[in-house]
Amino acid sequence: MTATHRLDGTSAASDPHDVPPDKDSPATTLRTGRRAPGRARRAEARAGIAMAAPAVLLLLGFLIVPVLLGFGLAFTNARLISPEPTRFVGWDNFVRAFTIDPSFFHSAINTFVFAAVVVPVQAGFGLFLAVLVNQKIRGVTAFRVIFFIPVVTSIVVVSILWKFMYQGNGLVNSFINSITFGAWQGTAWLNNPSTALGAIIVLSIWQAVGFHMLIWLSGLQTIPGELYEAARMDGAGAWQQFRNVTWPCLRPTRVFVLITITIAALGLFVQIDVMTQGGPVDSTTTLVYHAVQMGYRQQQIGYGSALSLIFFVIVLIIALVQRFLTRDKD
Amino acid sequence: MARSHDVPHAERQLRRRRRVWSYLVLTGLAVFFLFPLVFMFVSSLKPDGQILSDTRSWRAFLPAGHISLDNYKGVFARVPVGRFLFNSILVTVLIVGLGLVVNSMAGFALSRLRWKGRSLVLSLVIATLIVPFETIAVPMVYWVAHLPTLLFQDGSLVYDIGWLDSYKVQIIPFVANGFSVFLFAQYFSTIPTSLDEAARIDGAGWFTIYRRIIVPLSGPAFATVAILTFLPAWNQYLWPSMVVQDEKLRPVMVGMQYFFQDTTAWGEVMAYASMITIPVLVVFLAFQRAFVSSVAASGVKG
Repeated sequence: MTATHRLDGTSAASDPHDVPPDKDSPATTLRTGRRAPGRARRAEARAGIAMAAPAVLLLLGFLIVPVLLGFGLAFTNARLISPEPTRFVGWDNFVRAFTIDPSFFHSAINTFVFAAVVVPVQAGFGLFLAVLVNQKIRGVTAFRVIFFIPVVTSIVVVSILWKFMYQGNGLVNSFINSITFGAWQGTAWLNNPSTALGAIIVLSIWQAVGFHMLIWLSGLQTIPGELYEAARMDGAGAWQQFRNVTWPCLRPTRVFVLITITIAALGLFVQIDVMTQGGPVDSTTTLVYHAVQMGYRQQQIGYGSALSLIFFVIVLIIALVQRFLTRDKD
Repeated sequence: MARSHDVPHAERQLRRRRRVWSYLVLTGLAVFFLFPLVFMFVSSLKPDGQILSDTRSWRAFLPAGHISLDNYKGVFARVPVGRFLFNSILVTVLIVGLGLVVNSMAGFALSRLRWKGRSLVLSLVIATLIVPFETIAVPMVYWVAHLPTLLFQDGSLVYDIGWLDSYKVQIIPFVANGFSVFLFAQYFSTIPTSLDEAARIDGAGWFTIYRRIIVPLSGPAFATVAILTFLPAWNQYLWPSMVVQDEKLRPVMVGMQYFFQDTTAWGEVMAYASMITIPVLVVFLAFQRAFVSSVAASGVKG
């Protein structure tokens, strides 16, 4: 092992393209002669393949294969455990989703409503926080840490905690009650079809916004201070500085934040599973929750795969559209 | 900040007023982000009746009244939460640890070595970034349920089908990570290649170059990847809730949901929640600087 590598090392150095031929080279170099570069390159290729192999095989086995398998299973009636053999059923699963499964329709609507609210609100709130904690004032790091704490708290814990706070006699209602001096009694937020999704939106933003605050912050910190000084010299106020300096400079960050929040929001699952199980009356079911419900809990792997595939195509289309809309126009 | 004496009085006052406003808003937001967690910790110390009666006042946030660790004892009496913690720690450590090795080697091969198929592999790795785990969860259950496995049973090796209910099904699918490979490759490509050439003249093989030169120079990349893979591994929920039924192999998050489903004892639920939150908070507060720069690094790719 070592011997070959030593040869390669020496011979690479004597590669005629890199180094002028040396008349006094050691015997090894003379012996390997002109074939040395090829051998060095082969050793490099072997090393490259060997070192990439573990990750590549794992990605193939646990990402690429499941994706392809999902494509295949979507057109079958496969079940997790079944006495009957799996059969090819054509587009049946997709027809079922779009025509006879009302829960699928509800799950799609809820997912889009969730994303349509969460994406702009979380992105905007995150930027607001980033601007606040980007000020050069004492103790600002402590605030950054505090705003990030919900992000490191598990979403399962967060969901259970907020479920408790959203109860009829819970903390949220008693808070609303006290700031309105008892004028409004509140509601059992998660049991009411018209408030359940909204309640989940609030806690989802509460949990995740700190992450995007930091992404925005790293974007803000790449903006050179001279730009602000120049803007101030021209008499720009705080808002004008934001509009004409900060916002244009945050372009690349904006694209990243937009796409990551969108994909995360479309994948809404844990909050639903822990807090509402899709209810009341389908008012909080989502595409992923429905796919897991069908594919795993009811063991209809084929139908669940079809729902997952529909979800994947939707995510892909939205991500591509966002890429296209935010592309570099020049 | 110290140059204030040449600033006109009015402007100085404006600045001070703005600073006061900033602190007011920041403090308000800090309360907004902290109150649920304070409520959780405080409630975990109170009997159920008092938790409910305290929600009507500020006492909800104060460790007042009857304070004890009874809820924690109750959790331990009811479920093997120590075992759940052990499972989660084992799974997390192995995902992060094996991931650092496997993904950094791939990052090295992709960023510094020339080999046939490299660009194909690179595009494959990048393609994996656009696949959310949720889209493959269902077919993946089917897949792992049909994978072959070798078991030790009564001193002999037994061939079996199915990875369900095991540690490996919780670990191995998450070791390789396209984003980690990408971050490593990106970081490694900033290290001058003259170092490799010098080492090769000295007779070092490629693996030696990786281990002795590249790895020691890439501390920040390893810290970033470790932090970014630690959180999702610890917080795993969807996957283990599908593939692990055996209580002995259950991780903390799934254990929490089961625990929550069959109890109305909110004090104990809060105690369980606190127990699985505190370790992560401690790690976070100890390494907050590294956390912050890791998240920032994850956004650089734009």
